[in-house]
Amino acid sequence: MKTQSRWALAIFLTPVLLWLILLIVIPHIDLLIMSLRVENDFGDMTWSLSNYISFFKEPIYWLTFVRTAVYSILVTLLTLIVALPVAFYITKVVAPRYQGFLTLLLLLPFWVSELVRVYGWMILLRESGVINHVLIRLGILDAPIEMLYNDATMILGLVYTSMLFMVVPLISVLESLDDSLVEAAYDLGAGMWTILFRIIIPHSTPGIVSGSIVVFMLTLGNYLTPNLMGGKNSLWFTEQIYNQFIASFNWNQGSAFGFLLLLLSSAIIWLGLTLTRQKLSKVIQ
Amino acid sequence: MAIDLSVQHVVKMFGDFSAVDDVTFEVENGRFFSILGPSGCGKTTLLRLIAGFAEPSEGIIEIRGENVLGLPPNRRPVNLVFQHLALFPMMNVAENVAFGLKRRNERRGDIHRKVSAMLERVGLHGFETKKIDQLSGGQKQRVAIARCLILEPAVLLLDEPLGALDLKLREQMKVELKKLQAEVGTTFMYITHDQSEALVMSDHVAVMNNGKFEQVDTPQNLYNNPQTPFVAKFVGDNNTWTGMVRRSTESGDGSIVLEVETREGERFMTRSAYPMTPGTAVDLFLRPEAMLIQPDSTLTGLNRFTAVVRSILFDGANSRVLACPEAGDREILVALPQNRQFDHIQINDTIEIGWDSQSGICFPAS
Repeated sequence: MKTQSRWALAIFLTPVLLWLILLIVIPHIDLLIMSLRVENDFGDMTWSLSNYISFFKEPIYWLTFVRTAVYSILVTLLTLIVALPVAFYITKVVAPRYQGFLTLLLLLPFWVSELVRVYGWMILLRESGVINHVLIRLGILDAPIEMLYNDATMILGLVYTSMLFMVVPLISVLESLDDSLVEAAYDLGAGMWTILFRIIIPHSTPGIVSGSIVVFMLTLGNYLTPNLMGGKNSLWFTEQIYNQFIASFNWNQGSAFGFLLLLLSSAIIWLGLTLTRQKLSKVIQ
Repeated sequence: MAIDLSVQHVVKMFGDFSAVDDVTFEVENGRFFSILGPSGCGKTTLLRLIAGFAEPSEGIIEIRGENVLGLPPNRRPVNLVFQHLALFPMMNVAENVAFGLKRRNERRGDIHRKVSAMLERVGLHGFETKKIDQLSGGQKQRVAIARCLILEPAVLLLDEPLGALDLKLREQMKVELKKLQAEVGTTFMYITHDQSEALVMSDHVAVMNNGKFEQVDTPQNLYNNPQTPFVAKFVGDNNTWTGMVRRSTESGDGSIVLEVETREGERFMTRSAYPMTPGTAVDLFLRPEAMLIQPDSTLTGLNRFTAVVRSILFDGANSRVLACPEAGDREILVALPQNRQFDHIQINDTIEIGWDSQSGICFPAS
């Protein structure tokens, strides 16, 4: 019996361990080693911190880094603000038989790839795009304006891309919110905002935090949307990493950037958990 | 007496279905008023109309003389104790109780003082910082009531708050609630499907069925003088015979006595609320405790019949005999007083049963 359960454990654990070690741990160790190596004047590889030092010396690098962090937090907040009413509507307002249908509608855009979805936005927003065309036809605009390639558009795209990952955990926490709690607060004299901030949000905190972690990490590591919708005006840190690996072929510098990004996301998530007094083990349940 | 709550001709329709159907009643200040009815009779809907969670299709609701229709729940001077209490799990006991006062922007010091006083009153002194999930069922109950009472509502509405408690605690809370109500003097309106809760605690009880009030009366009157067959059946236990009126006589004091022949052929004398012509089909109701086992043969004016004991349902003071009258094959419940006088009764014994004509009551058959 005992050996049997040990075998079962081994069988279940092996793929997980293989996956973790082969795809996560080994590449990261390799990246770490690479980020600490640099070519010296004789063309030999030596140990050095210069990859990290150059990050702090070049303002373009660390400015992009800070920009990416700030915008990722902003995107996470905006996604939360958009997703909370949507999740509340689906779980509490609409008749139960439409709930599944509405959730499916939310899911539907995710059946096509992110690339196609972003191109969809580009068709709408570009200078010769649908929105400009309609506005000119209606006489609201005289000449088309470029709506792509700025920060606002990029944030719009990132929020759109991340929506689902916020709505789903919110739906599951809001489903566990007893309607009578909201009614009791209403009965005791609370208005809409008090109910939102004193009842709904405290109840939903685990869902908000787990949704925020996912959205934040996806946004921070997103490459496609900032690249296509933000263009050259809206630099994202992932583009810097890409440039180092592909354009400059400087894998060592790229690895250092990759590691800095990992540290950044870990630090901000830790900070977020601490500020909201949540435990990671509780949030990921 | 001032009227705290007045409900006039209130109707609530859900599509074609009328959940509340032309209900009118008034509750005087300081009274304990209950609405008793089976589940689905519309009592919770009526409560929600008063609390403001729904608007009536027709009719007027006045609280302390002011029409509250159109006012949202947070601006009505009534508070509701929810069926499952709905305490806020994200707050501690004191924060739960203070919730309403904070919404009124009362001063911190006042809130603190009032919360302490209220917790003291409901016997939860020192529980301020306890979490909700650390409380027992009865303590949660008291927090839920304290949370409402602290706002000094014109009427405190209670939606079956004892339903989730176990029997022993429920009995205890019944007495406690009644005492608390007498102490604070707030008007209580209590919704329940449990007749014992309604009878024990209330000054007045309305029996509700299919969206209508069947009878609004004191608990004693409901039990002793039911006005409709539904009340007779729903409040307390009752044995039923179906039969036909043979004779209707009016005695000297104006009360009406009917002679009823049951379907099984027994003839009983019984009172009736109103005269009925011979030949009318009737239902006759008789409470288990109205029947005497082996009545003294010298007692006159009793309806007498014999029955075979089928089973003895021992339940302490509430023990009964399940017996089969010799005429027909139906079962009746007869109260079995636990004074040792009837300890000799065994299954399959034949016993004589007698009852006074004033104990039964007749209604035209439904």
